[in-house]
Amino acid sequence: MYDVIIGLEVHVQLQTRTKIFCGCSTAFNPDQPNVQTCPVCLGLPGALPVMNAEALRLAIKTALALDCQIAPYTKWDRKQYFYPDLPKGYQISQYDLPFSFDGHVDLELNAETGDFRRVGIIRAHLEEDAGKNLHDESGRGRDSMVDLNRAGTPLVEIVTQPDLRSAEEARKLLQEMHSLLTYLEVSDCNMQEGSLRCDANVNLHVHQHDGTKVATPIVEIKNLNSFRFTEQAVTYEIQRQWEEFQRTGKTIKDAPKSTRGFDPDRGVTYTMREKEEAADYRYFPDPDLAPVTISPEQLQAIRSEMCETPAALRKRFQAEFQLSPYDAAVIVDQGQLVASYFEEVAGGCGDGKQAANWVTQDVLREMKERRLAIETFPVRPPVLASLIQRVARKQLTIKSAREVFLALLGANEEVPPATLEQIDAIIADRGLAVVQDDGAIDAAIAAVIEKNPKAVADFQAGKQAAVGALIGQVMKQLKGADAATVKERIVAKLSAG
Amino acid sequence: MNLCELSAGDLWRRLQSGEVSSVAVTTAHLDAIVARDGDVRAFLHVDRDAALRQAEGVDAKRRRGEPVGMLAGMPVALKDVICSRGEPATCASKMLQTFRPPYDAHVVERLRAADAVLLGRTNMDEFAMGSSSENSAYQVTRNPWDLERTPGGSSSGSAAAVAARLAPISLGSDTGGSIRQPAGLCGIVGMKPTYGRVSRYGLIAYASSLDQIGPFATDVTATAALLEAISGYDSRDSTSVNQPVPPYTQTLDQPLQGLKIGVAREFFADGLDSEVAACVRTALDVYRSLGAELRDITLPHSKYSIATYYLIAGSEASSNLARYDGVHYGHRTEAAKSLTEMYAASRGEAFGAEVKRRIMLGTYALSSGYYDQYYVKALRVRRLIRQDFDRAFADVDIVAGPVTPTAAFQLGEKTNDPLAMYLSDIYTISANLAGIPGISIPCGFTQAGLPIGLQLLAPPFEEDRLLRTARMHERETDWHTRRPQVVSEGSGVRTEKPDT
Amino acid sequence: MSLPRETVLKVASLARLQLTDAEVEMFRGQLGAILDYVAMLDEVDVSQVAPMVHAIELTNVTRADDLRPSLARSDALANAPKTDGKYFLVPAIIEG
Ligand SMILES: [Mg+2]
Ligand SMILES: [Zn+2]
Repeated sequence: MYDVIIGLEVHVQLQTRTKIFCGCSTAFNPDQPNVQTCPVCLGLPGALPVMNAEALRLAIKTALALDCQIAPYTKWDRKQYFYPDLPKGYQISQYDLPFSFDGHVDLELNAETGDFRRVGIIRAHLEEDAGKNLHDESGRGRDSMVDLNRAGTPLVEIVTQPDLRSAEEARKLLQEMHSLLTYLEVSDCNMQEGSLRCDANVNLHVHQHDGTKVATPIVEIKNLNSFRFTEQAVTYEIQRQWEEFQRTGKTIKDAPKSTRGFDPDRGVTYTMREKEEAADYRYFPDPDLAPVTISPEQLQAIRSEMCETPAALRKRFQAEFQLSPYDAAVIVDQGQLVASYFEEVAGGCGDGKQAANWVTQDVLREMKERRLAIETFPVRPPVLASLIQRVARKQLTIKSAREVFLALLGANEEVPPATLEQIDAIIADRGLAVVQDDGAIDAAIAAVIEKNPKAVADFQAGKQAAVGALIGQVMKQLKGADAATVKERIVAKLSAG
Repeated sequence: MNLCELSAGDLWRRLQSGEVSSVAVTTAHLDAIVARDGDVRAFLHVDRDAALRQAEGVDAKRRRGEPVGMLAGMPVALKDVICSRGEPATCASKMLQTFRPPYDAHVVERLRAADAVLLGRTNMDEFAMGSSSENSAYQVTRNPWDLERTPGGSSSGSAAAVAARLAPISLGSDTGGSIRQPAGLCGIVGMKPTYGRVSRYGLIAYASSLDQIGPFATDVTATAALLEAISGYDSRDSTSVNQPVPPYTQTLDQPLQGLKIGVAREFFADGLDSEVAACVRTALDVYRSLGAELRDITLPHSKYSIATYYLIAGSEASSNLARYDGVHYGHRTEAAKSLTEMYAASRGEAFGAEVKRRIMLGTYALSSGYYDQYYVKALRVRRLIRQDFDRAFADVDIVAGPVTPTAAFQLGEKTNDPLAMYLSDIYTISANLAGIPGISIPCGFTQAGLPIGLQLLAPPFEEDRLLRTARMHERETDWHTRRPQVVSEGSGVRTEKPDT
Repeated sequence: MSLPRETVLKVASLARLQLTDAEVEMFRGQLGAILDYVAMLDEVDVSQVAPMVHAIELTNVTRADDLRPSLARSDALANAPKTDGKYFLVPAIIEG
């Protein structure tokens, strides 16, 4: 028996236009190496950094969403080590006075029961990213290549408490961060491009017979850049540590923290070469950069422009619109714009459940097929709300409503937003209005029976299926009629003889 | 008229009035370099054609009646630590032997905008670490007053060039006295502005919280003009201060009434050469005769300034010089097989002993277990040193004293004793730690004919007060008009042009 | 005080400085002498004094998030000891 203990260090690239200390672009551009550099981010002799105010604003937004405390006074430090992707020989980071600390994220463990895990955030600090080293994969030991396009991109590093208890929770935390940070528009969180990545610190607390627990040595798995890899790597590492502990009995007292990489092709973690000496980063305050103060007014301004967090939104959708936890999650996970689209539809039609059905099925499907963004989706919330309302008022069948919906979207790529008048026009044009006049239905039934003696005979001979053809013909004439009503009245008529 | 023999201020006025052309002035100085720099060895790089092209450009502008900048046509020499696009910037180090920055320092932009003529690049102690020029990887600059003696450092070439009249004005950088000390030893004017007064953008860093660019000239007027041209806010330097630049040249000749000069007893303690002390006292008498009041003051923590300085400067330097790793620019060893070897060998091969010594000291002071004991401790004492000045300036307008404990020492005299070399900066270092401005002006000569400097210090951003005070002394004395023999004689022997 | 040889070697390794044996010996003595000298700071009571990192104490110096032109690649690589015209090249970095 053992408990799994996991803490994450999450690195988030902030979506500023320019780098944290210079005016070079932060665009992802691996195909054109070394074109987004200047004396500052190349670390040329004599160049000096100046802080990008937007990076700090986005970083504060991030920290507030994590319920962190914001330091009224913060500063920049140099973290010193030699590596080819680090042109100055130090990384500008924050050491003893990070701009924020002491927050938490609630991780939903079970949507139905509402069971959640509170994961503490120790600190979040700002720093500059390094460039990228590309290694010769041929095994011939050829030169490594260095691209500094990314050097100086603003990052927030978020360090969690070791509060996670399974590989799945680690993955979920990363997903929650993804959702939160894209919601806040602080990061595009594009994981393929490395905008969201993490290091996982993993060890086990093994239960002893006497009731005490023994900890295995801590392993840091570096640079996990997908949800799946995070879960896989941690799963593997848990098993590996368990086996190693059973074999060697080594505890945290016997070995220092070590660093491992993850090989996604083989699904295993592997030892990274140990440094010759224990890291001594010789942090000290950067004399080139002024300290930063953050005022209550500044914080208030940032707070006031912040949207609800996804977690809060999910809860509110469940309470306000009676959505299931599942539906709430599906909508909220689509991002802020889809969520507010939904909210407008639900508010407009007064039926959250139906609005959720339409948004999660029809709208998302058509968006995907037609490659449309929700902002430019031609059926705007008031129009969809009206359609849903007409169904509720039995002015339109659900099937007809779908037909109108598709007609509003049209066949062309560029469709102007649909209007309420268009709904009426399509209904009239296609005769989709629900026919509630029983006389008209009965007249149509009589006419169809008259014309189809064969089907009538079949039905009366006991072939139930024959009624289908008759219904079909009636519906052809009266598109807005309710099929169930038609069936009921045909059967009654034929049975009556 | 030999244009090189005019004082820099005089030359500046004549250029402004159009009485002399920039081509004539520039040619005269380029010829002087050819004639005399074989002895003085102040320059590392001179591009005669480029300098003359700039001079012709300014003259043409003036002929066309276009407005010209405030230094129009003035040749200015640059310490090899200031970046100028496409030109060498070696910092007198093998590390940067082939380095050519792709950008201009802020001061270079300012000089271009002021229509100055960039004359050449001057020798220095490697990466501005040193007090004698002996730490240059390329050559030893000589004191024009005695070629066997040091011109001081680290802005050795910029000071010697002005003293030998190879350039009327020049720029240096001052981290612990590297402008004031060589100015004093060479008998010229040299000034360290308030930290933040002049942008450091494009100044290759030694110790970022102490470094400041400043002017050298043969007189106070040209010093003021050059300072006025290079000062001011630069948004690319986070430590640049956004405060208007007063028109120093316009107020220069207004003497200060009721001037109170503080004389720190710590600056006249043991170790001060008696000839230096006598000259400084005479200079103080000049001020007294002009109506200034002299007051005894105390700077109780000044004795800690050298220890404080070497810990802070070494720590910052160890970090600032980490970028020289042979990857993105600078020297790379041919020998290394692995990356780690490459780093260590490239740095080991290309840095000189003094640079290594300070990197070692700084690395040690920042390392785990020693950080609080050395680095943080020094930062705390630094504040006490600053507070000493704050207290003093509550009482007096200016603090005056010697620039150096002795006149220029013999080359080779202190090369084997780094601590003794460090102690020669005892009077200049506190101004850098405190961030205040200071100026060195000529105030006499030793029996042996070596110049002696007077140091004046002022509160932050009181450069105007400092220059006016300096000018009061200059008007009463003629020390600044004396020229070393090498100017009139000139050996004409120039072995090879050390063109990097 | 002469610094232990191991200390000098450890610091040199941290600073990535290859030293000759003669330099190691020289620095043992010289750095030891400098450290002896700076020990004079121990006599100063700084318990009530905050560290002074900057000569001028400014705060909140920022720039707007505006793009500025970058260098051409050829300029970025111009001073590099070794390139392939696109990347900086360094001896193989061995990981794993
Ligand atoms: Mg980090
Ligand atoms: Zn840049």
